[in-house]
Amino acid sequence: MSDTAPATFRVATEESPLFQVILTVIVLALLVLLLFAPLVAVFYEALGKGWVTAVTSLADPEALSAIRLTLTVAAIAVPLNTIFGIAAAWLITKYDFRGKALLITLIDLPFSVSPVVVGLCIVLTFGANSWIGALLVQAGHPVVFALPGIVLASMIVTFPFVARELIPVMVEQGRAEEEAALTLGASGWRTFRTVTLPNIRWALLYGVLLCNARAMGEFGAVSVVSGKIRGQTATMPITIEMLYNEYLSVAAFALAAVLACLAFVTLALKTFLEIRHADALAAARRH
Amino acid sequence: MHIDIDEISKLFGTTAALSPVSLAIPSGALVALLGPSGSGKTTLLRILGGLEFPTSGRVLFDGQDATGLSVQDRRVGFVFQSYALFRHMTVFDNIAYGLNARPRATRPQKAEIARRVTKLLELIQLPDIGARYPSQLSGGQRQRVALARALAIEPRMLLLDEPFGALDAKVRKELRQGLRDLHDTTGLTTIFVTHDQEEAMELADLVVVMSMGRIEQIGKPQDIRAKPASAFVREFISA
Repeated sequence: MSDTAPATFRVATEESPLFQVILTVIVLALLVLLLFAPLVAVFYEALGKGWVTAVTSLADPEALSAIRLTLTVAAIAVPLNTIFGIAAAWLITKYDFRGKALLITLIDLPFSVSPVVVGLCIVLTFGANSWIGALLVQAGHPVVFALPGIVLASMIVTFPFVARELIPVMVEQGRAEEEAALTLGASGWRTFRTVTLPNIRWALLYGVLLCNARAMGEFGAVSVVSGKIRGQTATMPITIEMLYNEYLSVAAFALAAVLACLAFVTLALKTFLEIRHADALAAARRH
Repeated sequence: MHIDIDEISKLFGTTAALSPVSLAIPSGALVALLGPSGSGKTTLLRILGGLEFPTSGRVLFDGQDATGLSVQDRRVGFVFQSYALFRHMTVFDNIAYGLNARPRATRPQKAEIARRVTKLLELIQLPDIGARYPSQLSGGQRQRVALARALAIEPRMLLLDEPFGALDAKVRKELRQGLRDLHDTTGLTTIFVTHDQEEAMELADLVVVMSMGRIEQIGKPQDIRAKPASAFVREFISA
C-alpha cells in the first residue's frame, strides 16, 4: 500500500509502522497461544491413539447419554430463552414504564453472578429441604439432581444473551415502522410478525447462537444442580471433567472434541447465513 | 370528513404537552399545524391518528365520537417524519401492506392489490420503482412512496408529520406542489405538521399556529399575515 500511495500520503493515526507490526504480532501470538493451540491440543489428544479408540470411547453408553442430555437441555433452554429474550427486549424498547432500569439490571444479573452461586440458589429453592422442593419430590417431579434443574440452571445462566443482542438494535430502529404498520390496519401480532421480526432477525440469530453455545458448554451451575449421576444427569462438560479426573484422557478429549465440533457447527451456520444473506444484511444496514 | 377537536389535553407524566385545545377542521381542507418544537403540534397529530390518547377531551370525525377508536379502526393515512418505510420490503410490498393486512373477508384479490399498487405508483409518478428497496430510493422518492402507502388503505383523512423535513430545499419546493396536487385530486382532509412558516403559508388553506401546547391563532394564511393575534405569532411568522 505504501509504495503505491503518493509521497504526501499520511494516515490520521500517528503510530509508526514498526509499532503497528509489533501490535499485530502480539495480537496474533495471543490468539494462537490462547485460542488456537488449546483447540489443536484437544483434537491431538483425542485422536492420539487413533480414530478407532476415540470413536469407541464415544460409543460408550455414558458418553452417548451425556451427548443426548446436553442436546436435550439446549433444545429446551434455547427456544424458551429466545421467547423470553424477545419479550423482554420488546417491553424495554417499545414501552416506557416505571422500574425499566431495574428490569435491565435484572436481565444482566446472570452475567455478574457466578454460575456456581446460581446452582446453589436453585438447590436452596427447589432442593428436597425446601418446602417447594419437598412438594415437587412428593409429586414425583424432582427438580434438583434431575433434568428440570439442569434446564433451569442453563436457562438462568444464558438468559441475557438474546435480550442483550436485541435491545441495542431495537432502540436504534425506534417505533416508527411498527406505528406505520398499525396505522395501515395491522394487528399487534401481524406487526410483530411482518415488521419487527424481519428487522431484528440478524441480531436475534446472533443472540440465539450465543445462547446455544453457552447452554451446551455450561459447567458451573449445572455441576451443582445435576448431582453428576453418570448416565443420567451428567452433561457433556461434566462427563468430560469426570473422565479426565479418572485419567481416561482419550475418552475425555474425544468428548471435548465433539463439544468443540458442536461449537464449530454453530459458527459455520452463522457464517453460512451471513454469506447467503449478505445483500439483505447490507441493505438493512445502509438504510 | 370534517374533524372536531374538543378541549383536548395531553399530559406526559406531569408535563402538559397540550393544554386544552379546540379546533374545527372543515371537510376537504388542507391544514398546517405550525409551531416551534415542543409546541404540541406533533402530539395533536398523533392524537388524531390514534397513536396517542388524550388525557381529557374528545375527537369527533364527522360528528361521531372517535376518541377511543383504535389506530387500526381509524383508517387514517399517516406519513411519518422519516417516512418509516419497511426497510426489508420492496416498494410494491410497502404500498400493498395495508391491503394485505385487511381481514380475509374484505381483503382484495392478489390481482386487484397489484392493480391498485400500480395505480398508486402512477399517481406518485414513480411507475417503475415497485421492485426496489427503500434504501435504493432518494429522499423525495421515499416521501412519495410513504404517501402512496398511506393512500392505499383508502384513508378517511391524511396526516403528515413534517413531510418535507428530511429533504433538501429544491426537492422540498417540488414536493410541496406534489402534495397540493394530491390533495386536490383526492379531496381528502389533509393535516400536516411543520415548523417552517413559509411552507405552511404557501401550502395550506388554514394555518393553526401553536406554541407551548396552546393554539395561538387559527386562520387563512393571508389573515394571519395581516393580523397576527399575538406577539408570538408576529415574531414567528416574520422569522
